[in-house]
Amino acid sequence: MLQTFLNPEIIAAAWPIILAGLGNTVMLSLIVVPLGLIGGLGLAMLASVRKPWVRWPLMAWVDFFRAFPPLVLLIFLFAGLPFAGLELGGFACVCIAFFLNTGAYYGEILRAGIESVPTGQTEAARSTGLGRVQTMLFVVLPQAVRNVLPDLLSNTLEVVKLTSLGSVVAMPELLFQARQAQSLTYNPTPIVLAAVIYFVMLWPLVRLLSRLENRALAGRG
Amino acid sequence: MSNWERFLETFFNAKVMAKYLPDILHGMLVTVELAALVIVSGIALGLALALLRSLGFRPVNLLIIFVVDLFRALPPLVIIVFIYFGLPAVNVSPSGFISTWLSLTLVLMAFSEEIFWAGITSIAKGQWEAARSTGLTYGQTLMNVVLPQALRLTIPPLTNRTIAITKGTALGTVVAVSEILGMASSAVSNSYNPSPLTLGALAYLILFFPMVVFGRWLETRMAWKR
Repeated sequence: MLQTFLNPEIIAAAWPIILAGLGNTVMLSLIVVPLGLIGGLGLAMLASVRKPWVRWPLMAWVDFFRAFPPLVLLIFLFAGLPFAGLELGGFACVCIAFFLNTGAYYGEILRAGIESVPTGQTEAARSTGLGRVQTMLFVVLPQAVRNVLPDLLSNTLEVVKLTSLGSVVAMPELLFQARQAQSLTYNPTPIVLAAVIYFVMLWPLVRLLSRLENRALAGRG
Repeated sequence: MSNWERFLETFFNAKVMAKYLPDILHGMLVTVELAALVIVSGIALGLALALLRSLGFRPVNLLIIFVVDLFRALPPLVIIVFIYFGLPAVNVSPSGFISTWLSLTLVLMAFSEEIFWAGITSIAKGQWEAARSTGLTYGQTLMNVVLPQALRLTIPPLTNRTIAITKGTALGTVVAVSEILGMASSAVSNSYNPSPLTLGALAYLILFFPMVVFGRWLETRMAWKR
């Protein structure tokens, strides 16, 4: 069993390939998490304009991208757009797909956060002479982020896990590299190795989250 | 031909769409089947684990926590790939459908256990004590007093999580499951036209958009006073 799934020789042979994949996964996460956050922040700011003609299209946009499996979006960009003469390449497709998909999720979370800050805060800030943007940036957002921190972290965990979809469009991230190593060595050890790396990398975040979530739900009872 | 017509011709080609509509519909059926199986088995297992955890055997609980953490930390696609491409090395060769079902079940199990457990622990100790002091057994207290209150609390987060995980059925396409995306992709390569993908996207929206809206409604409807 150990010879098959955790073969030391194969681990040694596959290590450099896997390590390169890990590097790319980390890089990709460092790119797509901020992209999603920027998208989400934009959506949440727009949602704070309380006009029905802004609110409804915005909600439809968010629900649209929450209903759409990210892989479908990615394949559409990667395999569909070239027919319109738009060849974007795997990396750009991943970036756009994540911007749209995770942006919608982050947007929904941040919107809830902004709505959880009492309007008195905005009024007080405005009355001291702060501008709209300043109020949002220095008064509302810091409180909003604190209120929805567990959800933000949980979504970030999902985004990092989601980077494994990059393997489908031949991005050389952790899972893709593991598959490559597996087909070179005819042994599933590289996949187990990748799984172990994902687990070790994300376990602290999962632990933290489960504590935060328990507390959040318990506080409501 | 104007640009607009060419765009329609490419992405909304009626002839291609008509030809591959039966395939996409078949894919929809497979997606619904897979999704239903995942939801039932995932939530049942999650609830079972949460109940087991409430019994309070320390070694068992540590094991449950580890399993739950494991399947929260691993990307679903990695689990699918491991089951489908890794297990055959020990002469277990599950089909793509089974691999996807198993993987998503494990993921949903982990997330729902966590949510159910949070729900159970959120019920005040006094509820337990009061129920036990009236003569109810442990099991009766759990079933008739604690769970009904806990479940209400868990429904909105559970619904949203279930939708997010069920969308993962699209991952099945990586291991050759003939669900919507798989059918659409092969139709694209057969017809050399992306219209089947448009159709597939539409199929996903038909299935999941109502669920997302329902989840949003539940969230506002069942919002607990803070």
